[in-house]
Amino acid sequence: MDNSAVFWSRALTELTLTFHIIFATLGVGVPLIILIAQYVGYKKNDEHYTLLARRVARGFTITVAVGVVTGTIIGLQLSLLWPQFMELAGQTIALPLFMETFAFFFEAIFLGIYLYTWDRFKNPKYHMLLLIPVAIGAFMSAIFITIVNAFMNAPRGFDLIGGEIVNIQPILAMFTPAMPTKVGHVLTSSFMTVAFTLAAIAAYKLLKGEDHIYHKKSLNLMMKLGLIFSIATAVVGDFSAKYLAEYQPEKLAAAEWHFETEAGADLIFFGILDGDEVKYEIRMPKVLSFLISNNFNAEVTGLNDFPEDERPPLITHYYFNIMVAIGSLMIFLAMGYVVGKWRGWQWITSRWFRWLIVLGGPLSFIAIETGWWLAEQGRQPWILYGIMRTEQGATTATGVEWLFIAFAVVYLILGIGSVVVLRRMFKNNPVSKELALRKGGEQ
Amino acid sequence: MSLEIVGIFVLWIFLFGYVIVASIDFGAGFFNAYSLLTGKNNILSKIIKRYLSPVWEITNVFLVFFFVGIVGFFPQTAYYYGTILLVPVSIALILLAIRGSYYAFESYSGLRGHKGYATAYGIAGLLIPASLSVVLAISEGGFVTMHENGPKLDYSALFTSTLAWSIVVLSLTAVLYISAVFLNWYANKAGDLKASDLMRKYALIWAIPLIVSAMGIILEMRNTNSWHYQNILDLTWLFIVSGILFIITIWLIWRKKSYGLSVVVMILQFATAFFAYGISHYPYLLYPYLTIHDSFTNESMAIALVLAFIAGLFLLIPSMYLVFKLFIFHKGYISGEDETHV
Ligand code: HDD
Ligand code: HEM
Ligand code: HEM
Repeated sequence: MDNSAVFWSRALTELTLTFHIIFATLGVGVPLIILIAQYVGYKKNDEHYTLLARRVARGFTITVAVGVVTGTIIGLQLSLLWPQFMELAGQTIALPLFMETFAFFFEAIFLGIYLYTWDRFKNPKYHMLLLIPVAIGAFMSAIFITIVNAFMNAPRGFDLIGGEIVNIQPILAMFTPAMPTKVGHVLTSSFMTVAFTLAAIAAYKLLKGEDHIYHKKSLNLMMKLGLIFSIATAVVGDFSAKYLAEYQPEKLAAAEWHFETEAGADLIFFGILDGDEVKYEIRMPKVLSFLISNNFNAEVTGLNDFPEDERPPLITHYYFNIMVAIGSLMIFLAMGYVVGKWRGWQWITSRWFRWLIVLGGPLSFIAIETGWWLAEQGRQPWILYGIMRTEQGATTATGVEWLFIAFAVVYLILGIGSVVVLRRMFKNNPVSKELALRKGGEQ
Repeated sequence: MSLEIVGIFVLWIFLFGYVIVASIDFGAGFFNAYSLLTGKNNILSKIIKRYLSPVWEITNVFLVFFFVGIVGFFPQTAYYYGTILLVPVSIALILLAIRGSYYAFESYSGLRGHKGYATAYGIAGLLIPASLSVVLAISEGGFVTMHENGPKLDYSALFTSTLAWSIVVLSLTAVLYISAVFLNWYANKAGDLKASDLMRKYALIWAIPLIVSAMGIILEMRNTNSWHYQNILDLTWLFIVSGILFIITIWLIWRKKSYGLSVVVMILQFATAFFAYGISHYPYLLYPYLTIHDSFTNESMAIALVLAFIAGLFLLIPSMYLVFKLFIFHKGYISGEDETHV
């Protein structure tokens, strides 16, 4: 087996997915968030919220486009880079992948209609209702693809007899033990990320002196939504960890740097590894046991109990910690804002607090990325857990390194392009100007 | 009908859908660049924008549907084609990515009308069908060899093959022809007679190389006496039907009559040729290694996919109808009277 092909196939998959997931997260979260904003605007008869929905939808045209092209890339790249794996996947888990294309169709069609029919309906309610099929399409895309990913972590729905896959049950393959927590965590974390990203934009505008009530309303709404979704994310995240403890204990052990099986296991936060020793860590006695089984003295399987060639990379520990740290920070931040608003605390309008909110947007994306790196690298050395090793799935073709470079350049261009175009789009058309224009138009 | 026939039939329909819709899109991009460079700018770009803006993502889903579906119905294609197509498909993907996102970018950033970008966009739109159509040439056999660690593509044989080049030329001329016939009707419907006249001229011009390259491919197959040629002979009548439909299209456009009908006849012409080609390709997916029978998925997955497909159609057909009603056939929208974009 050609190891460089395996290495570069992994690298290219990582690169493409890491880039796609940014736009996919927006694609899953934005429809729901604009639906909420537009609904609030409709109910309160407040044009600020309607305008918020409209402006976000306009930016969405750009991110959707990049989401669609990068999604097309990853869809084909899976067959190009992992032909053996996809042959197996085609036999077993093709159903949700296939249904995903219908979800894309559905979403693309209604999104097209929604974007191109502002002000075309006499009753704005009908236009708002178009967002429901868009949001359903986006959720279904996320659910179906996450089902495929859950299958890779906990394959079910077939029997392996003498190397042959037999007795295939496509529906069963979709409902794996990994699926409920994974789908739930992906959806809630997308909503959370979009809410905090929009909150970050509002806070940034306020910091830059655009003291418009529009931004305050936006900040307010998004921080409230962010609070709800960040709590939901953490709760489902906790269930994900419990899932791991039961079904993929080595992934959890690697992510927690938990080497020896023991009762009353400590939770290790950050730290560095010096040989076999963990240094400079934050240690919470017996908390790991508690987290995964609600019992401070439960036994937790350690990494050393697994064969050496089946242990996931230890770097996942940092991914895990970063994700959890960001998740906790964002809950505190949103909680502080919401309670502060209610009690009339002054510091929530202070500059430092607003800067923290601005930081929350990019941090949420970092949590998404580290979460996926944890999930995917933590599954190594398996591409299909317990069934197919990653190197068995990789292509035998040569020259993947050149493609890696080529695609890296493409993503760089797309990334810079999106930022430049989005900035230009909103800079040339500030809120105050657009509001004045629309008011003028209505009279 | 056996399940594998149902499967390949469904996939072939969607591929055909992609060929038509994408051709219109790719060709339009090229004409736009061409008219910018030759200074006929304003005639076309408005029409092209009105047609393309709301539909390009839908176009893309046709392609996604095809390649996801083929891995589902015929998993072994992932292994064979996945391994050998690494480079050609990656090139197509890069072009697709640049083109698709540039399209969204330029609509909002004032790049519109920039000659350099428009040219790159137009050329990318021709290179994509060219690189994708190479797959058809490869499926004819003779370019793939089996080694102990997997199939390998013989690039030098491919690049020196007249068959491969004829297929590329056919795909390019077809793109331009399909696009011109469609835009001729669309511009006419929008009441833009100048644009319509120009597209009519393009349609007539591109009809000639189209038919020449199509004949060339069949001759090429006869000369090499390939397996495929024997099958084509059995289906001569279908190709003749296609040829007659082609003549009717040209005649309608020539007479400046019933442009709407000319689009329908043109689609029928390509449909008959496309399906005649597909049927004559039976049973091979990749000659001589892969047939639709031995690469077919297991029965329970096949049934599940077919059921999902039927359920999906109930969702899609009404929504597609809505799109057509709102954009393609909506007078106010086509002519640009309604400005209702977000
Ligand atoms: C905004 C993003 C975000 C935030 C704040 C969190 N997560 Fe997360 N996490 C994800 C975004 C994410 C993700 C990107 O959605 C992942 C990657 C794969 C997956 O299923 O979800 C993920 C995976 C993931 C996994 C691995 C699941 C697997 O491999 O099957 C666990 C155990 C957790 N998370 C647990 C948590 C906990 C306990 C959190 C506490 C606050 C937390 N996550 C916050
Ligand atoms: C649900 C969405 C998914 C996301 C966001 C995702 C994300 C990722 C990420 C970030 C990596 C890099 C891991 C690393 O750093 O090593 C990765 C690796 C990989 N993923 Fe997933 N994944 C997803 C689902 C899938 C699916 C559906 C497939 C296949 C059908 C797949 C196949 C792979 C493969 C083959 C690798 C390479 C393994 C490796 O890193 O060595 N993934 N994925
Ligand atoms: C291996 C993993 C993945 C594959 C193969 C994949 C495939 C695709 C494809 C082919 C598209 C383009 C569809 C079109 O033409 O409209 C796309 C877009 C999209 N993907 Fe991914 N995807 C993956 C990971 C994910 C994940 C993890 C999510 C969500 C959590 C996601 C959500 C979306 C959404 C919502 C879109 C629509 C574009 C948008 O609205 O921004 N995808 N994906």
